[in-house]
Formats: sequence, structure tokens, C-alpha cells
Amino acid sequence: MLRVIVRRLLQLVVTLIALSALIFIWLRNLPGGPVDALLGERATPETRALLTKALGYDQPIYVQYGKFMQRILTGDFGNSIRTGDPVIEVIGRAFPATFELALAAMIIAVGLGIPLGYLAARWRGRALDHLTVVGTLLGISIPIFFLGYLLKDVFTQNIHWFPPSGRVGIGLDNTNVTGFFVLDGLLTREFDAAADALWHLILPALTLATIPLAVIVRMTRASVLDVLNEDYVRTAEAKGLRHRTIRGRHILRNALLPVVTTIGLQTGALLSGAVLTEKVYNWGGLGTLITDSITGSRDYPVLQALILLAALVFVVVNLLVDLSYAFIDPRVRVR
Amino acid sequence: MSLLDVRDLSVVFQRRGERPFTAVDKVSFTVEPGQTVGLVGESGCGKSVTSLAIMGLLPKRGNKVTGEVLFEGTDLLKLRPDDMRDRRGRDIGMIFQDPLSSLNPVIPIGVQVAEVLERHQGRERKQALREARELLDAVGIPDPDRRLKEYPHQISGGMRQRALIAIALACKPRLLIADEPTTALDVTIQAQILTLLKQLVDDTGTALIMITHDLGVVAGLCDTVNVLYGGKVVERARRHELFGQPRHPYTHGLLNSVPRLDSIRGERLHAIRGSVADNIPWTEGCAFAPRCDNVVDACLEGPPPLEPTATGGDLRCNNPVSEEVAVP
Repeated sequence: MLRVIVRRLLQLVVTLIALSALIFIWLRNLPGGPVDALLGERATPETRALLTKALGYDQPIYVQYGKFMQRILTGDFGNSIRTGDPVIEVIGRAFPATFELALAAMIIAVGLGIPLGYLAARWRGRALDHLTVVGTLLGISIPIFFLGYLLKDVFTQNIHWFPPSGRVGIGLDNTNVTGFFVLDGLLTREFDAAADALWHLILPALTLATIPLAVIVRMTRASVLDVLNEDYVRTAEAKGLRHRTIRGRHILRNALLPVVTTIGLQTGALLSGAVLTEKVYNWGGLGTLITDSITGSRDYPVLQALILLAALVFVVVNLLVDLSYAFIDPRVRVR
Repeated sequence: MSLLDVRDLSVVFQRRGERPFTAVDKVSFTVEPGQTVGLVGESGCGKSVTSLAIMGLLPKRGNKVTGEVLFEGTDLLKLRPDDMRDRRGRDIGMIFQDPLSSLNPVIPIGVQVAEVLERHQGRERKQALREARELLDAVGIPDPDRRLKEYPHQISGGMRQRALIAIALACKPRLLIADEPTTALDVTIQAQILTLLKQLVDDTGTALIMITHDLGVVAGLCDTVNVLYGGKVVERARRHELFGQPRHPYTHGLLNSVPRLDSIRGERLHAIRGSVADNIPWTEGCAFAPRCDNVVDACLEGPPPLEPTATGGDLRCNNPVSEEVAVP
């Protein structure tokens, strides 16, 4: 087991190095750049040259990359070109917001998706099943930004159930401990703040959850249908076991194996979905940071760090998924 | 009173947009306490469907089961699903054809045995595992302490079938249904499993329904044999009568197609001509008629009735095999 983990971590390092090089080259070949963004179109060539030199962009790209890697090893990701703050700080401020949103979305997707998928399979061909199949198809095909604005319109403009945007209400002075506002509220016993943060969280989380939810429902349904035909489920029935034992121990335990893999892969969808969702709900997280860093200023240092972070999260989550797989399925352990 | 009295059991599969298919057609047979009864026939003759219908394990939708399955006088087909659930595994145990796929791959063997005891005998997990150990020992699994913690993929095919037998017999059921229990196993292991089954039913007094296409299995085990063809019983006889003097041309053909040690070298094995696909529906005559060597005009005029024979069995045939041409 330990060898598997070590091997995977080594793979992770190689992946990240390769990815960092790709991002580095790709970013610097985009039209425009930080110099243009900072100085505007009327700057004289002399000023441009000065700033380019000051930022180190006059050197060959491999030298720039070498220096970048050197600094990373010491934990220094540089400063944001836009604000001048250290990149670590900029990302650290935005990270909890996105993490909170993504976690809430995943809880909704898994918590609703697995039971729904199971029920659809058990009631195959009935109304609930048809409804689920059509519903998930819609969930997968509706663009996030469209659904986001739709939900926002209905639930904040037509019926005022939820606040339209932001993470907390205006004028509410919540104490920032971890940056996870719901958690902060609970920790500091400011329960009104926690409730308010949760209130702001629901619509964005629902919006972000739709795609993973639909995928998990479909995966669970297909997987449960497969397992229902397995001989060992018939054996369990022949033993006269209770429904809940058969459901939990014999059906779901086996059916969830592929679903767990799906959950890991969906973190990727969650990261890209967060960009759109945050835009719709004015949610100041990593998604907002990414769009701002690209459109505003071509903030190379921030973008590089963000993409690496996204890759790191994706790979680590999938590593955890693989490890949990080995834990659930004894047949994997032997290898 | 018989332990099990199956009366006119029929199973009709009815899928949307398809013609109804009668898999089991008014099958009747009895099992006395402690008796071993064989259900014999080729693939598709309805023997597995019969056993699943007795157990109440057919899919809830897409089929219609009629008739009576009296177990100690209670009609199992009329029981509420939960009452039937209480009886499965406790009063009637069942073992299946493929021991690997019949065991849950992600649960240790010990738990799979223990959960039956927890369910029906109200045992705690620890006590149930202790008893599971005894059961594994009783079915001849070496080193049972280690096997308790192992998973199905870690033990051999023979051992898996032994584990399934331990599961089926854990609650000392009065009836055990074995559906082709040796088909997926090596020949040497087959013999071991059959010996074990014979010894266990002898020791515990459990009645056994042995479902098989293998007459060799029947020969070594069964008191009474029901030969099924096209969903109907075509011949029923005690083992010695059946092997010594098969009356139905189908039974006769089956026995003739078994290779024998004392047959002449180089002689071709007898085979029943045609295949199940040639069957005609029972409503038009004897389903076996198109493949039968003894076919007479009456065979195509309607289904022959199941009638008692002189030797105490039953036979469904217009022109049975006469004694002179019986198997040497």
C-alpha cells in the first residue's frame, strides 16, 4: 500500500512539472501581456522596454522558467502583477470561498445522487425512473451560466427566497477565522452569520452541483442495475436477508465502486464549473480570480499558480479515490 | 404429509411486446422428509425456473406463477413476501451453479456465512462467526480460521462451493435445493462436492432437490428422479427403475448418450437427434415428437397424459420404449 502511495506521489510531481512548463510556455504565447495591460496602448516603446526588463520578461523563456521553478522550490510564487501582493496571499484569500462552494456542491451531488440513482434502478421502467433519466439529461445539457441566471431570476427576483449574490449579507459583520463563512459562524458562535452564509451558499451550490449530480445519478443507476443481476444478490435473497442488509452490504457496496471513481473525476468539472458559477453569483473565489487575472492584466504569476493548484487538487482527489477503492474492493489490494 | 408438495406449478414469462412463454407447465412432484429428489433435463427444460419459483426468487415482474407449492402444508406462493423472506435460508436453503459469482466479492467468507445466522437465529456477530467457523470445518474447508477472513477470490472453486453449502445449511433447513452445484467445477472436485452433499444430507436428515443435466450425478445421489422436457415432467421413477428400465424415449436417449466404460471401443456415442429448438408446443402434441425415434400418429394429436406405470412411477408417452431395447 505504502509503495502505491509513494509511486503515485512521484507521478504527481512529474505531472506537475510537465504541466508547469506547458502553462509557462502557453501563457507567454498569448497575444497581449502584463506590460500592455499595465501601461495601456499609449505607452512609449521606452517605457515598455523598461517595464519588460523590470519584470524579467526580456530574458529567454527557458531562463524565465528556470527562475520560476527555483523560486517555487523555496515556496515563493512571486507577486501579483495586478495588485503587487504575494500570489500565495491572493490565492489564500480566494481559496476558502471556492472550497466552501465546491464542497457544498459535492455534498448535494453525492447526497442526492446516490439515493436517486439507487431508487431509479430499483424502480426501473416506472415513472420515477423515467423522470430521473430525463432530469439527468437536462442537468447535463443545460449550460451552468444559463441555469445559474435562471435560478437566480426565479428565486431572488420573482420569489424572494434566496439572496441574489455574494457570500454574506451587506452590513453583516462576520468574524473571519478560516475563510469558510459557514464554519466561521459556527466557530465564533455567530449563528446568524452562519445561517446567512448558508443562505447565500444554497443557490450557487445547487447550480454548481447540477452536472456532478446528474452524472452521479446516472452512474449509480447503471451500476446498481448491473449489480441487481449478479448471482450474489440472488444468493443474498436466497439467504432470506433483510432488504436493508441486501441493499447496503450486497448491492450498494459493490455498485458504488464505479461511482467513487466518477466522484473523483467530477472534481475537474467542479473546478471549471466554479468559474461560471462564481461569475453568476458574484462569488469572490478562485473562479473570479482566474477571470480577473486573464481579462484584466494577464497576471502571469497568479495564473500559473492557479492552474498548478487546480491540477494539484484534481490529482490529489483522484489519488484519494484510488486509495479508497483499494479499501472498498479487496480484489484491488492484492496487486 | 410430504415435506414439499408441488402441484400444477406453472411459470409463464410475459414480457411486453413478446409472446408469452411457458417455461414450466403444470409440474407436480413431491419430496418426502430426508429424501433426495432429482430434477433432470437439458438446458431450457424449466428445471432452474422450477427451483426459483419454489424459492420465490423469480423476478417480481414479467412472469406469472400459478399452482401450489405446499411446504409442510403451507402454500409458499400465497405467503406475504416478508414471511417468505423469513423462511428462505431458514427452512429452505439453496446452492447455485457458479460458486464464484454466487459469493459477494467484497465481503469476507466468514461474514457471508455468519449473516444467515444473524438473520435467522438472532446471533451476535461474534457468536455467528464462531459458528461459521464450525460450519466451514464441517464442510471440509481446511484452516477455517484463516478462511473466515479471506475473500472469495482468494480461495479455490471447490472451497467456494463448500462455503456456499455451509451458508445454505447454516440454519439446518429441512429442504436444500441444489441447482447444478457441480457444473462449474473440475471433475475431481465434482465428485468431492457430491460426496460431501450426500454425507451432509444423510447426517442432517435434510431433504434435497438435486437439479442437474448430468445423469451421473443423479445415479449417485437421488432416490426419485423427475425427468423434465419442455417444461413438463415426462417421466418419474425411482432411481433403479429409471436407470435399469427407462421408458420414455427421451430418458432412454439421455442414458444412451452417456459414455460407458464397458462400451465397445470406436463405437459412436448415441445422440438424440435435433435440438430443443425443434420442439413443438405441448398444445399441438408431444413436444419431443419431432426428435423422437418412437413417434406414432397419436403423438401429434395432443399432449399425452402423465400416467402411472406398473413400477410405481409416472410416464407421459404414447409409445414408450419396450423393455427389450433398454440400455444394456
